[in-house]
Amino acid sequence: MTEVSVAVKPGRAVRPPARGSHRSTKRSRREARAAYLFLAPWFVGLLVITIGPIFASLYLSFTDYSLLEEAQWIGFDNYVKMFTEDTRFTNSLWVTTVYVVVSVPLQLAFALALALVLDRGLRGLSFYRSIFYLPSLLGGSVAIAILWRKVFGADGLVNAVLAMFGIEGPGWVGHPDYALGTLILLHVWTFGAPMIIFLAGLRQIPASYYEAASVDGAGKWRQFRSITLPLLTPIIFFNLVLELIKSFQSFTQAFIVSGGKGGPADSTLFYTLYLYLEGFKNYDMGYAAAMAWVLLIIIAALTGVNFLASKYWVFYGDTK
Amino acid sequence: MATPSRPVPVLFRPFRGGRVAKHILLIGFGLVMLYPLLWMISSSLKPEEIIFREPGLWPSQVTLENYTEGWYALKHPFGYYLWNSAVITGISVVANLVACSLAAYAFARLSFPLKSFWFAIMLGTIMLPHHVTIVPQYIMFSELDLINTIWPLVMPKILATDAFFVFLMVQFIRTLPRELDEAAEIDGAGYWRIFIRVVMPLCMPALATTAIFTFIWTWNDFLSQLLYLNNPDNFTVPVALRTFLDASSDSSWGPMFAMSIIALGPIFGFFLAGQKYLIRGVATTGLK
Repeated sequence: MTEVSVAVKPGRAVRPPARGSHRSTKRSRREARAAYLFLAPWFVGLLVITIGPIFASLYLSFTDYSLLEEAQWIGFDNYVKMFTEDTRFTNSLWVTTVYVVVSVPLQLAFALALALVLDRGLRGLSFYRSIFYLPSLLGGSVAIAILWRKVFGADGLVNAVLAMFGIEGPGWVGHPDYALGTLILLHVWTFGAPMIIFLAGLRQIPASYYEAASVDGAGKWRQFRSITLPLLTPIIFFNLVLELIKSFQSFTQAFIVSGGKGGPADSTLFYTLYLYLEGFKNYDMGYAAAMAWVLLIIIAALTGVNFLASKYWVFYGDTK
Repeated sequence: MATPSRPVPVLFRPFRGGRVAKHILLIGFGLVMLYPLLWMISSSLKPEEIIFREPGLWPSQVTLENYTEGWYALKHPFGYYLWNSAVITGISVVANLVACSLAAYAFARLSFPLKSFWFAIMLGTIMLPHHVTIVPQYIMFSELDLINTIWPLVMPKILATDAFFVFLMVQFIRTLPRELDEAAEIDGAGYWRIFIRVVMPLCMPALATTAIFTFIWTWNDFLSQLLYLNNPDNFTVPVALRTFLDASSDSSWGPMFAMSIIALGPIFGFFLAGQKYLIRGVATTGLK
């Protein structure tokens, strides 16, 4: 924020007021013009790709619109239908919630456990880090979803391995009781990315804390509870918020594993998959827009609650 | 060391067997994690009949038949879809690098009216779920008759809508000493020259992170490619794979695995080449 004018008149605000000296006004005008030029693509994108569509989707959510005919204003009908009549909608919300609530904590627990094991003074750290990180990088791709569908199929790898022990496994992805479980497993499998964030956080904790604690006779478990965990809470919080937002929007895995239908028996009908089917298969664009707004509200509320709750458990050492 | 009287959970107990045991455990766990991937690679090299009968990794017979069969299984040879993906991904990477760095320079270095307001808006768009905008975006692109072209896929990148990268670069540029800009300014350089000659060369780490993640995300992206590309002539790798899956309805595993391996190849290549930046990018920004 330092400007030439600041150096001359240290008492004034960083941006000189419009009626400043002739020179600085001219300079700041030139600077503003340059800034808006640099920002031009971003401004256009904000307007055309983001803000415009946000308001358009809010409007559409109150209409019946099929892309072929004019949009019909129907007020809150889409929203009412969602929560009172459409059991597929409530089911998709339920499925997604189960998926998020089970897989995110599991994934973060694995990430933290592995980060702790990998933390200090271990040879080959970068090797292990890469091995565990690789699935995170590939996990969102269609190719891995295809692999998953095959591995957990009736005659897939999992059942082949189980057969060696004389167990006859079900067709995991084809069974309503297990299909969601396989998707949860796929999500947990990608714990490498949060693990790397945890590792970076662990590195910030000074070794002297542990030395002092160990002089005081604190064991490993005690050190973990009293030093590592509290100092890591900001990182846990960061990972939690990020993963919750991301996993609520999961799509590819459920789409591929269920052949684009969310089956069997709608057991893997993720929220976004249902949104896709309503909007782009049934061409009920108004309904899909309403679903998108409900998703936005859910994610915003969840993030808000997270931030509020964080006051009670997240410990920022540097704000004391 | 630890007080022996209280029981300690297994995970935090010092390993009695020492480092060797720890390594064996980690390698074992790593193998379990990578097993499905390794199995897919090995299966892609096995003749169709033995894929299910052998959960083992070492193929008793090796063949490249799956690759040749999979390559020609769809309307076009698979290389065609690789090319489509490469074009979209390449344009996206370049567009993101240019557009996001332009915006980032303005936010980080220039002052202009309403700056903090626009900056807050930019941060807000990072959190926004993509699904809120897809319906109107689809309608817009379909009104403009741009379905089945690359425009709906690359236009958002040209217009810097991946705000996270803007933010990433703003944070990075802020760490660079301002004296460099000022020195250049005294030498008579304008904003554009400072941006190109001073700031950008120093931004290489942030640019590399942006390039790598844009590449991987675009290459892996499925939803927008599924929405906007409906004609087999402009299918990308993910959409082609999905069609393959539907068409062969679980019958030809070998060729499917072979093409999946090819689809993962570029990401794997980037992973090996850019590992250092990738890991650092995740660690410092949370991008994954």
